[in-house]
Amino acid sequence: MNAFLETGLGITVLIAAQSLLVVAFVMISLVFLVYADRKVWAAVQMRRGPNVVGPWGLLQTFADALKFVVKEVVIPAGVDRPVYFLAPLLSFILAMLAWAVIPFNDGWVLADINVAILFVFAITSLEVYGVIMGGWASNSKYAFLGSLRSAAQMVSYEVSLGLIIIGVIISTGSMNFGNIVAAQDTGWGALGWYWLPHLPMVVLFFVSCLAETNRPPFDLPEAESELVAGFMVEYGSTPYLLFMAGEYIAIFLMCALISLLFFGGWLSPIPGLPDGFHWMFLKMAFFFFLFAMVKAIVPRYRYDQLMRIGWKVFLPLSLGWVVVVAFLAKFEVLGGFWARWAIGG
Amino acid sequence: MGIADITFYAFAVTLLGAGFLVTIARNPVHSVLWLILSFISAAGMFVLLGAEFIAMLLIIVYVGAVAVLFLFVVMMLDIDFAALRGEMARYFPIASIVGIVLLMQMALLFGSWQEAEAARELRQAPTPDLAEMHNTKALGMIIYDQYFLLFQVAGLILLVAMIGAIVLTLRHRKDVKRQDVVAQMHRDPAKAMELKDVKPGQGLG
Repeated sequence: MNAFLETGLGITVLIAAQSLLVVAFVMISLVFLVYADRKVWAAVQMRRGPNVVGPWGLLQTFADALKFVVKEVVIPAGVDRPVYFLAPLLSFILAMLAWAVIPFNDGWVLADINVAILFVFAITSLEVYGVIMGGWASNSKYAFLGSLRSAAQMVSYEVSLGLIIIGVIISTGSMNFGNIVAAQDTGWGALGWYWLPHLPMVVLFFVSCLAETNRPPFDLPEAESELVAGFMVEYGSTPYLLFMAGEYIAIFLMCALISLLFFGGWLSPIPGLPDGFHWMFLKMAFFFFLFAMVKAIVPRYRYDQLMRIGWKVFLPLSLGWVVVVAFLAKFEVLGGFWARWAIGG
Repeated sequence: MGIADITFYAFAVTLLGAGFLVTIARNPVHSVLWLILSFISAAGMFVLLGAEFIAMLLIIVYVGAVAVLFLFVVMMLDIDFAALRGEMARYFPIASIVGIVLLMQMALLFGSWQEAEAARELRQAPTPDLAEMHNTKALGMIIYDQYFLLFQVAGLILLVAMIGAIVLTLRHRKDVKRQDVVAQMHRDPAKAMELKDVKPGQGLG
């Protein structure tokens, strides 16, 4: 068996199996995340939420997915057919693609590349194309306005996301997720993670993630009170399902990213307890819970307020933080609190 | 032919095909989408060369930001492209002259890069051993240590260009009501609102 895994075919089979495992993990999580999202939302509004299909409504998402798949695909008049169908596919595939470099445990990663964090950043910056193409190809004013809004929004918040990530890279001296998590393993448990040295930026990162994934309170591309459903107005059936799935996968990816960058990934918060995949999963689930709570609690921003926060508040703050971190890391302030390569982390 | 060669040819053929389709696509939005495909193929070839940092930057900067704004502008255009198509024949001679000049310049540059003494030294100097530092670090060393001043000057040029663009487009419009967020937040609710007790059937007179 081991000899077979050394051959070219064996390696191919192994990689395919691993990829399938990650896809299965993400898809199964996705199904229950959608359910959890609705349940949290319902609980905040003192409703029951989905509770009919399966025990406690657990199978609701399967029923919804089946409904979308068996529906007829209605193509509006005057759409640009290739682009119209390419858009949902693109937003789903790109959201899935970034998981290739996300580690779930020490060494549990499909592609352990040096520039992993840049890869994730590149893929998330590509996700805007699904939205723009969908809005443009639909040949509808609402869809087009939604896609224009989202293009500006996602490009704006990418800037602050990138600058915050630079702070983490300066602290670690590497762009590999494994090294970033290893640098947070100081023996102090949760106190050694990057949320403490990078405290102001954790909040900014979370808010930027909300804007980047078009989640409420920044869901202006699909603001139903103004634009019906934004870029998804003309979509139904399976293409719509792909859009929704891509959106939730991107949100889950952001949860993984926050856990890895600022909350120690698979490290245990209490020194002494074994590290492992369960911590990573718990952290991701917790941040998804925060995403759901924000959706339930915070009212929607107006578009000019969104742009103002992005460019006039987040950009100067995160840019200033890069300079501050570079200073703190260079002079190893507080015994290398910001310079983890210096203390051998 | 190894797997690397097959991948190289796949990317190269995609790059050239997409580049060709950029120029012949009827719809300008399709042209931009083909352009994006050719950017991504070029990024793939950078990865094959072992320059993964440059590849990621190419995707983040060009595909993630520049091409989005490009698409933004092209989608807003409302031009009759069938009419523009007819003019292609008129501009073809001058365009081909520009193309030939560009090709000759690149050939000149490549030739001198191959042959000149100074270029040979430059080419050998900054390449560190792959085993001891990966290309991101090597690039950082070159930009921020070796050619620090040149990098600063490049940044300064960009800053001047940015200020110029802002100055050219900035105009203060007097007929638009502007929002002052700070003033709005510091407004006193007691002064902003007046409550009146309206008697039934009388109104406020």
